[in-house]
Amino acid sequence: MTSRVSTGTRPGARFAQFKLVLLGESAVGKSSLVLRFVKDQFDDYRESTIGAAFLTQTISLDENTTVKFEIWDTAGQERYKSLAPMYYRNANCAVVVYDITQASSLDKAKAWVKELQRQANENIIIALAGNKADLVGEHPDKRAITTSDAEAYAKGQVCFSSRHQRRRRRTFENYSPLLHESCLLNRPARGI
Amino acid sequence: MGYDSEGSAVTSDGVNNTAIDQRDTSPLPGEVKGDSTIDETVPAVRDLQVGAESSATSQSVVPSTIHEDEPRPPLPPRPGNLDLLQEGNYSPGSSPQRSQKSARPQLQSTATTALSRTDINTQSYQDGSRETYAASAETIPSSKPVGVFGSIKRVKGLGGSETADSASLKSYAPTLEAGGDVESLLGEVLGAYQARPAWKPLSTQYETPDPFDSVIYDDDEATVEFYREFDEVRAVNPDGENGEQQLVQWQSKRKNFLILSSAGKPIYNRHGDDNLISGYIGIIQTIISFYERANDQLKGFTAAGARFVIMSQGPLYLVAISKLGENDAQLRVQLEALYMQILSTLTLPTLTHLFANRASIDLRRPLQGTEPLLSALADTFTRGSPPTLLSALECLKIRKSQRQVINDTLLRTKCDTLLYGLVVASGRLVSVVRPRKHSLHPSDLQLIFNMLFEARGVKAGGGENWIPLCLPGFNKNGYLYMYVSFVSASESDGEEADDRSESGKQEEIAILLISANNKESLYDLLKIRDAVVDQLDKNGSMSIIKAAVRRGRSTATDIVPGTVLRHFLYKSKGNVQFTMPSYEPHFTTMLARRRLLSLYHTLHASVHAKNTHLKAHHCISHESISLAWVTPFFELYCVAGPHASRNALAQSANKVVQWVRREEERVFIIGGAVF
Repeated sequence: MTSRVSTGTRPGARFAQFKLVLLGESAVGKSSLVLRFVKDQFDDYRESTIGAAFLTQTISLDENTTVKFEIWDTAGQERYKSLAPMYYRNANCAVVVYDITQASSLDKAKAWVKELQRQANENIIIALAGNKADLVGEHPDKRAITTSDAEAYAKGQVCFSSRHQRRRRRTFENYSPLLHESCLLNRPARGI
Repeated sequence: MGYDSEGSAVTSDGVNNTAIDQRDTSPLPGEVKGDSTIDETVPAVRDLQVGAESSATSQSVVPSTIHEDEPRPPLPPRPGNLDLLQEGNYSPGSSPQRSQKSARPQLQSTATTALSRTDINTQSYQDGSRETYAASAETIPSSKPVGVFGSIKRVKGLGGSETADSASLKSYAPTLEAGGDVESLLGEVLGAYQARPAWKPLSTQYETPDPFDSVIYDDDEATVEFYREFDEVRAVNPDGENGEQQLVQWQSKRKNFLILSSAGKPIYNRHGDDNLISGYIGIIQTIISFYERANDQLKGFTAAGARFVIMSQGPLYLVAISKLGENDAQLRVQLEALYMQILSTLTLPTLTHLFANRASIDLRRPLQGTEPLLSALADTFTRGSPPTLLSALECLKIRKSQRQVINDTLLRTKCDTLLYGLVVASGRLVSVVRPRKHSLHPSDLQLIFNMLFEARGVKAGGGENWIPLCLPGFNKNGYLYMYVSFVSASESDGEEADDRSESGKQEEIAILLISANNKESLYDLLKIRDAVVDQLDKNGSMSIIKAAVRRGRSTATDIVPGTVLRHFLYKSKGNVQFTMPSYEPHFTTMLARRRLLSLYHTLHASVHAKNTHLKAHHCISHESISLAWVTPFFELYCVAGPHASRNALAQSANKVVQWVRREEERVFIIGGAVF
């Protein structure tokens, strides 16, 4: 476990650091998701991530609790696959992203989840995220994966879009208490 | 010869007796002819004459007559006129511009740049006329007469120095396969349609101090077109209704690159989508394989004003299509770079393996994500790239002792897994540490710089990446692992990515740590990076680098005070590095730079021609005089304004060489830090 939980200078203040890795097929929007989380930005056109990008974001859960995320945003292309273990090996949380308009991306996501369950830290929290909800919002017929399909696979699934800020933020903030608790209590938690 | 006679006609009109008489040139007797070719001369000359006459009589008339002569302001892009443009190309004589132009080629043959010593005042003069130029936009009449006198003077200079010029003209040699015309060294920017009216703005040549820039004031389609060079050709609709239009747009591109497999599968193309180019891919593949079957490899051909250069690399065909006047060898270097980028993504064994398994494989899938890198390279070549032309690197100019401190910092913090450590600022190398037995190949660094500073992938992702890549110059068979971290160069220090967006690519400092084939070394490299940044901050090197980056390159006149040079490239052959001054103030626009680079390409081509052993090559054109000078130790290419004298050019070239010798350890990295 590389996460640190330390008491700060103020009494009762807590600071926690978590490693988070994003996995998923290429062009599902991993980088957009991270960029929305870290900088609250969205680009209509993004070039593919080369290798893996490293970003950090610190958020305060409440007055006393601060969480710092160290995020590895990996490239989805097949040729980078052999590098993935390096990123998820010590990760506290993995967000496996798929594109709700691309049926194949969920299969890929399932493969990632399987690999994580087999190889990653056994306490890792795996979140399954269906991205590009805004496309479906505009053109409902574009949806290729229904929420119920994904739910049937995972117990719960969060559907959001990196274009739409509000829902996304809630998603990430939802993770953080969860992470927080699971790590503090060292309770094994299964992915959403 | 209409020009000369007009020139002397001006002087013989008695203008010499007026206030303009600063010159010693009297009309050569033989040149004063009863001339009936007035209608054939360029409007500018006619205007000048009128202007001169009126200036002798009454000043107040001058502005209005001169006004005819002013360059017109640029027009906004006109998407609708693409068709017109094409027509103009293919049906000569049909448009009014065509007939206007017919008079100009005549001029070309005689209008040489004044080289006589009498023209030595042109420096101060150019300032005058530059003011005029600017003033004309603001319509301040008072400054205009200066321009008139200036023009007359130059016209006279042409007549007076003709004998001197004719000798230097012989130093011309056609250097381009693709319709290289000596007079159009720069006009070739616009391709082999040498006679295009828009690119022969001779009338303005004698008026403007910066011919390279002046062209942008012409409202010609070609200029507009070059500014649209990088616009995307939109996809052809499924019903093909806009196919025609997209095809025209596609054909209007000055430069395109195609990569296809030997089985004829498209792999990469800079412009146009699959529907548009699939037919052409088929044709090209057929042509290439036709020659290949005959055991006679096709290397290049010229068609419709474009030079096609073909390079076949194993299972790949790479094709460069250029109307920008580069020669085959130069285009080949560019294709080589694209091929290196593909190898950098896949490595050679993987590439060979993929095709050995299935010759008809679609390589675009394994290459997914590499397109932006290839396009960034291609666009760099289209804009013109001194590092590619010279196959050399540029370094950030800092003091030797300062570089030593940075080198030492890198050396101190290095660990066993480190192969190369580099500090790079705005595309220029600041410092490098390397093992004694491995040097860094310029082409490898070009790929890295392209990835970091031209393509947006790394920076947009936050500027901190861990990248497996193959450096073909180092080893084309395996991957290395590179850790990149950008540090903002803007004053508000900090490694945070947030304030970086405004600073732009010009002010980026990157720390690159490359590990030899050990993908687990990331965490070691992270530690090195933190230590390096920390140390550089502490010992003040970081602020030195930032200051140097913000200062930018010095201008040519800062380097050699009072020089006539506008720009130069100096390549040190031993160090495989080059240095150049800032593009400011003469080459600020993209077009002006492209024309400058085209000139450099031409000079480079002539001194590197296989069958010649040129040491010095001197070129005169309407827009500039230039010199290429090659010794076993360096290559120097310098460009001065059209009115500079040959002596001044040669003196300046010598001074540049002296300057580089003096500053060698600042502008170049000699040796670098070795472990």
